[in-house]
Amino acid sequence: MTGRVRRWALAAGLAGTAALMVAAGTGLPRFGGDQHPYGARAVAASLRQQTANTISSVNFDQRALDTLGEESILFGSVLGTVVLLRQTRDEHRVRPRPERVPAALRRYGAGLLPVTLLIGLYIVAHGQLSPGGGFQGGVVIATALHLLYVGADYRALERIRPLGLFELVDGSGEAAYVLLGGAGLLAGSAYLANVLPHGTFNTMASGGTVPLLNAAVGLEVASAVVVLLAHFLDQAIEITDNRKAHR
Amino acid sequence: MADTALVTLTLLFVAAAAGAAVLTRDPARQAVVLSLLGLGLALLFTVLQAPDVGLSQLGVGAAVTPLMILLTVRKVRRRRKRDG
Repeated sequence: MTGRVRRWALAAGLAGTAALMVAAGTGLPRFGGDQHPYGARAVAASLRQQTANTISSVNFDQRALDTLGEESILFGSVLGTVVLLRQTRDEHRVRPRPERVPAALRRYGAGLLPVTLLIGLYIVAHGQLSPGGGFQGGVVIATALHLLYVGADYRALERIRPLGLFELVDGSGEAAYVLLGGAGLLAGSAYLANVLPHGTFNTMASGGTVPLLNAAVGLEVASAVVVLLAHFLDQAIEITDNRKAHR
Repeated sequence: MADTALVTLTLLFVAAAAGAAVLTRDPARQAVVLSLLGLGLALLFTVLQAPDVGLSQLGVGAAVTPLMILLTVRKVRRRRKRDG
């Protein structure tokens, strides 16, 4: 294909996409309206299942299979990154020297770490009640640990971060979600069906399987982000290749 | 009315931050601008009454992605400095 033909094909494709987007846009409900067919049904279903946070009800109950897909995408991509960033035979590890950190930064890290960790745990624990949940809280927990890298140095972070354990928890979180889905089958219903008692509306023990699936995602996401950043940090700080030494 | 003003304001901020991210050539600076863009998007989702998505955006867009870019830049620069 010559460059000219390729440009025409691109222009036709773009024009087609633009036309479809505009056509789809005209069918949308008006911006900011309070009537939405899908929203009304989702809210009604989440009230039936005693889940105060409709978003969590959609994520972990009404569309729980979609969330399994999303969780597996994260799991798979972190696994791929771990394989790509592993220490190869022609690389070696250099222990980083202790870093001197400005006192203000040290205080900032020390003060913010416990607060951030607590907020992360709160967001995971209240996923069925208020905005947030396993994914959001998991990311907050993982970033909280890395305040130690900002406020102290990489050696301090490595001490509180047993990587093997986090890899194990990452896999366990993924497995827990898959197995909890199976519980629906055992109870004589569908895969990932909300078969547990729904509890009292707007209390910690409400929503049936929602808080459990939410916790599984929280474990998986927190450890997946820690493992992901660990391999990036290893490559950026510790691992150097031996090319120079061989020549 | 105040709602519309808030949405318009955050949309303008997001557009400005996204434009700045495209125009910044140095990857290390770009990571900082991307972090600002992440913060802007988190604000936008919040004023559009989607705090769940806003929280995800805050964690991933404003913290984790810029950190990964900065670490990659550090690795590449270290190798280049030693080879060059």
